[in-house]
Amino acid sequence: MATESLSFIFLNAVLANNFVLALFLGLCPFLGVSGKINTALPMGLATMFVMLVSSICAYLINMVLVAFDIEFLRLIAYIAVIASAVQLVEMALKKFSPRLFRSLGIFLPLITTNCAILGLALFQTFKEYNFLQSLVYAIGAGTGFILAILLMAGLREKLELSTMPSITQGAAVSLMLGGLLSLSFMGFAGLGG
Amino acid sequence: MTKKQNDSITWETFNEGLWRENPVFVMLLGMCPVLAVTNSAINALAMGLATTFVLLASGTLISLLRHSIPKQVRIATYIVIIATFVTIVDYTIQAISLDLYNALGAFIQLIVVNCMILGRAESYASRNRPLKSIINATGMGIGFTFALLCLGVVREILGAGSLFGIDLFGPRFEPWVVMILPAGGFLVLGTWLLLFEWLNLKKSAGRSIL
Repeated sequence: MATESLSFIFLNAVLANNFVLALFLGLCPFLGVSGKINTALPMGLATMFVMLVSSICAYLINMVLVAFDIEFLRLIAYIAVIASAVQLVEMALKKFSPRLFRSLGIFLPLITTNCAILGLALFQTFKEYNFLQSLVYAIGAGTGFILAILLMAGLREKLELSTMPSITQGAAVSLMLGGLLSLSFMGFAGLGG
Repeated sequence: MTKKQNDSITWETFNEGLWRENPVFVMLLGMCPVLAVTNSAINALAMGLATTFVLLASGTLISLLRHSIPKQVRIATYIVIIATFVTIVDYTIQAISLDLYNALGAFIQLIVVNCMILGRAESYASRNRPLKSIINATGMGIGFTFALLCLGVVREILGAGSLFGIDLFGPRFEPWVVMILPAGGFLVLGTWLLLFEWLNLKKSAGRSIL
């Protein structure tokens, strides 16, 4: 059983081991939906919500799997839970905010294949967090994801206004920006473990 | 396009994944493992081979079952098939080399959520004959492994001064530690993309002069 304090887990997930910039999880939406702040924020919130739901479900499922000694089914069980949680978010968004639903487009169902979410479920199992720790870890990871995607969106909005050589337009410059962001987040490394 | 043309297997079937639609450099799919495990060439190679195996096996099975999978639940079916093969790879690597297993960490299990594999299942394996899918998946897998090696080799040479664990420059080489840290992954991939963009521009410029 892990004995880390809740505040440590939170800070660790947000800054020192930021899911996007230090662990390379969830890069597809990070590069794909970070064009504008208006779409980046709801994407971040939706991801965070799915993270929370799937973290809770993963904790319960793992208890069942361990009880019956069938851990080799863990991966299949987790991915099924995540797919259902994404479906839930999709239905809720479609009902309450059709405009947002359209602007997120294909990236909403793709949350299922966002490695940050499966990664979160797997990490909390490896680290043997208890229920409360898992919950805080999920909130921390979600906050970290929102932070990263918002920073990136802000930078890319500024970039739109500046002139660049034609060769750097497209994915290359986004990756370079990601590299610089990641470099600056390394400064937080001393905070975590 | 007639049915007959659709069924023929050409060099293009194979080459599509290898170069023209390279999953990493052109399509930008499956970026997470690309950046996360390429801090050494050997990790990159292992990850590439594991992904290729899952791609091949799931592609074959989905292609064989393509007429019996109902349309409504196809994504869920694909994911379960992929997850099964990833579990097999996971336990196999654990049995072969524990060091490698620890180095790759959770990223072996995260092959499940590699968008490239699901994308291929949806757009190729579910629509083509098994043999054609196998050839295409082999090309894709080799293209993916090639891209991983491109990154892994550069990052290991610069970041650790070695290649596949063999020391290249002797003890007086000062390694660029940043290259094996996360930031290096972004920077190296960005540089490779710039290089390919530049080559493409040169190629198209040459063509317009001719």
